[in-house]
Amino acid sequence: MTDASLVNANNAPLAGSGIAVNVGGAFTKADSEAATDRPAGAVDIDKSKIEVKGLNFYYGKFHALHDISMRIPERKVTAFIGPSGCGKSTLLRTFNRIYNLYHGQRASGEILLDGRNILDRREDINRLRARVGMVFQKPTPFPMSIYENIAYGVRLYERLGRVAMDERVEWALRKAALWEEVKDILRQSGGALSGGQQQRLCIARAIAVKPEVILLDEPCSALDPISTLKIEQLIAELKDSYTIAIVTHNMQQAARVSDYTGFMYLGRLIEFNDTETLFTNPGSRQTEDYITGRFG
Amino acid sequence: MDIYTRRQVVNVFNLGASVLATVFGLFFLSWLLWVLLAQGLAHLNWDLFTLDMPGPGAETGGLRNAIVGSLMLTAVGVLIGAPLGVLAGTYLAEFGRYAWISHPVRFINDVLLSAPSIVIGVFVYEVMVVPMGNFSGWSGGVALAIIVIPVVVRTTEDMMRLVPDTLREAAAALGAPQWRVVSSVVFRASLSGIMTGILLAVARIAGETAPLLFTALNNQFFTLDMDQPMGNLPVTIFNFAMGPYDNWHDLAWAGSLLITLTVLTLNILTRIFLRTKK
Amino acid sequence: MNVETSTLTADLPASTDRRSLGDRLFGGLTWLSAVAVLLVLGAIVIMLYVGARPAFEKFGFWHFLTTAQWNPVTVQFGALSPIVGTLASSVIAILIGLPVSFGIALFITEMAPPWFKRPVGTAIELLAAIPSIIYGMWGLFVFAPFFAEHIQPLLTDTLGELPLIGALFQGPPLGISVFTAGIILAIMIIPFIASVMRDVFETVPAELRESAFGVGSTTWEVVWNVVLPLTRVGVMGGVMLGLGRALGETMAVTFVIGNAHELHWALFEPGNSIASTIANEFTEADGEVYTAALIALGLLLFIITFIVLALAKLMLLRMSRQAGRQT
Repeated sequence: MTDASLVNANNAPLAGSGIAVNVGGAFTKADSEAATDRPAGAVDIDKSKIEVKGLNFYYGKFHALHDISMRIPERKVTAFIGPSGCGKSTLLRTFNRIYNLYHGQRASGEILLDGRNILDRREDINRLRARVGMVFQKPTPFPMSIYENIAYGVRLYERLGRVAMDERVEWALRKAALWEEVKDILRQSGGALSGGQQQRLCIARAIAVKPEVILLDEPCSALDPISTLKIEQLIAELKDSYTIAIVTHNMQQAARVSDYTGFMYLGRLIEFNDTETLFTNPGSRQTEDYITGRFG
Repeated sequence: MDIYTRRQVVNVFNLGASVLATVFGLFFLSWLLWVLLAQGLAHLNWDLFTLDMPGPGAETGGLRNAIVGSLMLTAVGVLIGAPLGVLAGTYLAEFGRYAWISHPVRFINDVLLSAPSIVIGVFVYEVMVVPMGNFSGWSGGVALAIIVIPVVVRTTEDMMRLVPDTLREAAAALGAPQWRVVSSVVFRASLSGIMTGILLAVARIAGETAPLLFTALNNQFFTLDMDQPMGNLPVTIFNFAMGPYDNWHDLAWAGSLLITLTVLTLNILTRIFLRTKK
Repeated sequence: MNVETSTLTADLPASTDRRSLGDRLFGGLTWLSAVAVLLVLGAIVIMLYVGARPAFEKFGFWHFLTTAQWNPVTVQFGALSPIVGTLASSVIAILIGLPVSFGIALFITEMAPPWFKRPVGTAIELLAAIPSIIYGMWGLFVFAPFFAEHIQPLLTDTLGELPLIGALFQGPPLGISVFTAGIILAIMIIPFIASVMRDVFETVPAELRESAFGVGSTTWEVVWNVVLPLTRVGVMGGVMLGLGRALGETMAVTFVIGNAHELHWALFEPGNSIASTIANEFTEADGEVYTAALIALGLLLFIITFIVLALAKLMLLRMSRQAGRQT
């Protein structure tokens, strides 16, 4: 169903992703927000890096995530969109268990990373976080030199000589498209960079430890449009090597950079599909309302 | 008088009283500083730093041993008290942030912060001087350390709490265990604040007399031996001020000026630090 | 929930101690330091009690508290005079210091032009940092003689003639007295209380003050009817903090109070406080009972100040919780 109003509301041409997917299950416009085993417009992904099964999350007594089940495909960009407070950041933060830093935040259910449940009590959280990296909304350079910022994570788990470390730092900065700008000022403090540069520094820092998954929590919301563009280009390049999950409140950004998109509302995953389908042919009424701007 | 006029009169009266109060307060401050400067400067000379304390009736003398003694006692107090204070403050801000024990610790810490320092002197007398059999520089240093600790605990915790959680999250997200997050990121971010807190503690103990009265006591002669009574400025000033000799009184003023200048300088320095931090 | 075994070769084995060794060592070290704070307090109370016991045993707790006699020769000691002196000088300090501090806080928060606010606030805070021995010096050599020559005769001739309270304002014109100690203490605690009051006044949200001004209140009315009721608890806390300081002050008081174990109604007579008694007599105390009596005084002082400071802390805690709720 191609509704002219839908395309106009989006206002952005969708890049043809050309992915052949099986649209499994009944394809109905769900009016209710009943939690189902699989959200509307469910998609079969052949290789999933992360599989979420019946995830519930609580902030104290507040039930923030309800029965989330889904799959994050490997080496693709998966975006999560939805209005404020829908739980998309909460969901992202379960993937590296960063919520464990705080009292009273807990999760139940299963999150399988390469088939292993990372919510298991015996899981080594620190090692997990070396495999699943995260970049935050506000750039957070450490109070150290640019070089030290990159080296920090590497030093936690690898013992590299001076030359090897120099190479790793350069590699990470190149990958983050920052090398040319900082190669002469590596000894300067990370705080001396502009906002966009600092965020790319944080991305380089996350890449330097060679993770398998990179989580991006609204990485561009504090940045100007030019820096945003650079980072979006970066994401397109990075997905060749890494599985990427990104939370964004900017629908156009999700449409631009992601291969798959999940729409969340009030702690539930309402719809999950390849990006093109979700934006042009949403299966759920609520998704359609959100992307046409009727709420949120 | 109608209501409106009466309200105006009351207002002016009370505001005027406030101005008077401020003038009153500033007046005494100025008076005190003025006298201190006048008396202290008049007797400030090189002898102060080169000669030791004069005995009764001696013509000349200085405060050299008292100054050196004070420096040593302060150093011991800080060296013992600051690390303990920083560690305890770290617990309150990081590892023990949600622990139940942090509440009583904070409460007791704040009480100790304002506790009468003479009682601390008596305490150290009982636990150190009596078993040791003599007054000593060490017991004086310990007494000062007990005063340093609450100050440093408070400032360390406050400074570390200023570090935003996002920084901690960023380090943890790389896989750093908590102790590394604290030691390599949080500490570095709050270091200048912690040092400022330690400076404040130094300023506090620089002028403390009561805790030294029965621990380090005082010593007329120059000594670097911490196992013996140690000369120090505050107790010297006390003894000289209460004594009968004029040159003793002069030295007391000079010593007072030295202490005040030190304390005020340290306080102003910390103020500058804290301002640039914000 | 099943934990499926992974087929990835790069997989790392899950560690069974979730907290690394470093966490436990460092965390444990900081925990020990924090507990040390509690231990220090406990040790102080215990050691003071142990040291004071001989005196309590000899004289009985209540008898000790209520007797004024202090005689090292006959080994008879009673704490009444120091206790009264401590309380009297502190009360005088609060009576003078409270209104003055309030006035200063009002001035700084409501009246001072912005360019003046900072220097005055800083000056007040620096006053608070000056060690008490300096106040003692100044009190002994400058203020006491001045007071004895100019102020005291005035007060004796005016207030001293009044019925009832006139008896308070009598005494030799030496300047060394409970009253002088009270004044010096007042000057010492004013900056302290004023700073706390100022901080507390500044927690009142601007919108509240603006609405009060908006209906035409005078500055005084805003302070008295809006700011003060809101900050009442915090102000009390600040006053209690100042009181706690005054009670425990040693050097400023010792210089000017006179060290006399006598009880008088007249405030211009010399007296003593707990802290000044200990300061003056501790090193000369010979005999177990004499020393124990002095330590007992210390214990009393510690208990009194502990209660006052604990109350102050509770009030200030309540204040900050209230302020948090409002914003």
